[in-house]
Amino acid sequence: MNQYSGLKNALIAFCLLLSILYALPNIFGSDLAVQVSSAGGKLVTESDLDKITDTLKSKDVNYKSVALSNRHILVRFDNNASQLSAKDILKTSLGRNYVVALNLAPSVPLWLSNLGGKAMSLGLDLRGGVHFLLEVDMYAVMAVSIDKHYNELRTLLRAERLYKSIKKEGERIVIRLKTVDTRAKALKIIKSELSDLVVLETNNQDKLMIYLAISNNAQKNAKKNALKQNITTLRNRVDELGVAEPIIQQQGLERIVVQLPGVQDTARAKEILGAVATLEFRLVDERNDPQTAIQSGRMPIGSKLYYFKDGRPLLLKNRVIATGENITGAASGVDDRSAPMVNITLDSIGGRAMLDTTKKYLKHRIAVVFIENKVETIIKNGKTIKKRTTTKDIINAATIEGVFSSRFQITGIDSGREARNLALLLRAGSLSTPIEIIEERTIGPSLGADNIEKGVLSVIIGFMLVLIFMAMRYRVFGLVANIALTLNLAMIVAVLSLLQATLTLPGIAGIVLTVGMAVDANVLIFERIKEELGSNSDIQKAISSGYDKALLTIADANITTLIAALVLFSFGTGPIKGFAITLSIGIITSMFTAIIVSRAIINKIYGGKKHQELSI
Amino acid sequence: MKALNIPKIDFIGKQTYAIIFSLLLVFVSIFSLSINGLKLGIDFTGGTLLEVGYQQDVDLADVRATLSEAKFKGASVRYFGSTKEILIRLEPQAISSAKLSSKIIHLLGNDVDIRRVEFVGPKVGEELTNDGGLAMLYALIGILIYVAFRFEYRFALGSISALIHDVIVTLGIFSFLQIEFNLTVLAAILAVIGYSLNDTIVVFDRIRENFLSTRHTDPIKIINAALNQTLSRTLMTSVTTLLVLLALFFLGGEIIHNFALALLIGVVIGTYSSIYVASSMILALGISKQDLLPSEKESKEIDARP
Repeated sequence: MNQYSGLKNALIAFCLLLSILYALPNIFGSDLAVQVSSAGGKLVTESDLDKITDTLKSKDVNYKSVALSNRHILVRFDNNASQLSAKDILKTSLGRNYVVALNLAPSVPLWLSNLGGKAMSLGLDLRGGVHFLLEVDMYAVMAVSIDKHYNELRTLLRAERLYKSIKKEGERIVIRLKTVDTRAKALKIIKSELSDLVVLETNNQDKLMIYLAISNNAQKNAKKNALKQNITTLRNRVDELGVAEPIIQQQGLERIVVQLPGVQDTARAKEILGAVATLEFRLVDERNDPQTAIQSGRMPIGSKLYYFKDGRPLLLKNRVIATGENITGAASGVDDRSAPMVNITLDSIGGRAMLDTTKKYLKHRIAVVFIENKVETIIKNGKTIKKRTTTKDIINAATIEGVFSSRFQITGIDSGREARNLALLLRAGSLSTPIEIIEERTIGPSLGADNIEKGVLSVIIGFMLVLIFMAMRYRVFGLVANIALTLNLAMIVAVLSLLQATLTLPGIAGIVLTVGMAVDANVLIFERIKEELGSNSDIQKAISSGYDKALLTIADANITTLIAALVLFSFGTGPIKGFAITLSIGIITSMFTAIIVSRAIINKIYGGKKHQELSI
Repeated sequence: MKALNIPKIDFIGKQTYAIIFSLLLVFVSIFSLSINGLKLGIDFTGGTLLEVGYQQDVDLADVRATLSEAKFKGASVRYFGSTKEILIRLEPQAISSAKLSSKIIHLLGNDVDIRRVEFVGPKVGEELTNDGGLAMLYALIGILIYVAFRFEYRFALGSISALIHDVIVTLGIFSFLQIEFNLTVLAAILAVIGYSLNDTIVVFDRIRENFLSTRHTDPIKIINAALNQTLSRTLMTSVTTLLVLLALFFLGGEIIHNFALALLIGVVIGTYSSIYVASSMILALGISKQDLLPSEKESKEIDARP
């Protein structure tokens, strides 16, 4: 009685060895490292590796080791000083096509990492870093979408000379036709050319009027695209910041989570992420004089007044040739006469529009308008409202010197510095929708280190207290429970490492709590065995019925706790999720160690032999 | 090996006092919650929180003066852990934006160590409050269904009333002492729900077993016996859990201080409620042996148990 088969024992031992093996990577600590990866999502190669080692050697920077994985190159250092200087050196020597970032690399031995062993990934509250929650301003997205449709519609209908007037009214476009009999034709054109628009049913019986709005489907798509585009742009901007393991993720329908581990200069990070700007390429109205327009206060038809930052006015045509959305690249450089210039690349849509325009308007000027949208949430009379401000500045107006499409240069710039600035603005302008930081959580590196230290200390002390208490109360059985508890801790760490779940400070609290609660199963079993001993003199029977009777109780009790943990997980944001994960894992592993593992050990000690007494 | 002494405490006999005590606790808690409310952290109210470390001791008055000079409204400044570290909290204000924190960092000078910045927009705070309430509700409903399914509806109601009791009293203590209630405290309250339930289920399991295994039909005797039989386990588990929580409370650092506190309060209240509140409730609802006799199909399953 009370003996597990050899196979069962072997299986249990195998599970435990596996757990210990995969918990092992966490005890080796980590190295200071510089991580180099390619900015465009391309792979780094052996030649990059050679370049890095050569550069570091030539500058006399000592490094511990350097390794290439398919995603990045890790250079490890012995001290902080050489890590920092290496980062600066590599950043300047490798240029903008590479992301050079500081990192902490776990120093797992090769044989262990070959077996798939990885250290737990630490959350921002333990390693330091920034967490942003950004919200895309969908109101602005819809406004842009209405504008675009309005412009297209007007061009289409004008070609057929169908409307008397056309205007935007909030989220609607209102057309007044010239005659009633053109209605069918107009509707047909709209249906075939602009399928995103739907005709609104109104009470207005006037057959001359057509009311249009953007269909729900198209609205949904516009929002989805805006979010996607923002994520892409944010990725590029984060690359500029140089972060080792950034997380940029969609959350819900209009939000983006950005996590930047190790970033300390949050002001700069916010500036780069939060700058919300877009661009428009517009033709300059060369026929009318801006001064006359200012004095008379009347704008020429089809044009509007814009200003340079220094206050010089210019009349620009209303039609937008291309927007920041169409820009795929902008870089400063020098032309063959060493004059500063900016190289611009557009996507195919922008390129086509540019080709049409430059064919027609040679020697006219094209102006680049930089539009900055700021969204601030403010509280007014107890209500939260969004305050939107828009500033529009002309940042450049250059003459069309030839016919071009998607690749062209802006020349005639005063200085290299100005060219760089313009290129930067052009790149920044390709983020087309305003985004707002609605949540920020920054943990400085010193606090992160503190948190790890305190978390680990409280785990150890709490753990020791429980071990001592159990040994005192249940003697041999207590020691068995302690072994089970220790193995449980190893299993939790192993599962967390294998899942690469993020360990946070509340996660550590979850582990501590699990330690306290995991002994509950053993307490239940041991108390039950004691009871059985009181009514039954056969100790073997007492052990086995003690385990059996406690089993269902343990399962019931743990499942209910698991329900609470799962609710926590599904509701939770960052820190709470970490707590829920470790708590859930702890509950499950504790059932295994407290019931099966402790039973196996008790069986080894007492099973199948004649004992007069149990040390319980 | 000595014969086991199962205590013979008449828990149910003292039920009247327990009911009065519990009602008093709940009443005072609700009173405090409606008068004082909870001291909500920025997770729920929105606002900005900065934890700043200095090289040497810092005078709070200086910091306050600097902040009021710069016209930051509703700024509260206090020490956090030591006199070298301060915590600045700002209400959401008219000029509020994520940039606010950068401005303050600039104001305090360059020699300070920014340990933590938290900014929560008013909208996010509102959502977290709603989600938190919902999470609590979902957890309770999920547990209600599971217990009703595994036991009987009276047990489900008994355990839920114990849980609601625990949550109200824990919140009441947080309200009475005006301790800050943030996201981690909410997590702790949900963990308390799990813990307290764990305790209650163990007692219920024993009550059911006793109903089925003894000839007694007097529910008072049976419940009393079950409470006595599980008493040493209840206390043991509470002690081990309290031990680790004390370690967290004293050593875990300021950030999880309130989290550990909520759990400490919750574990004590939860232990009490699983003994008195839950069992009083099922007794009041009139549990009897017949209610627990399994249907034919189930009884076969039970026979098949080892």
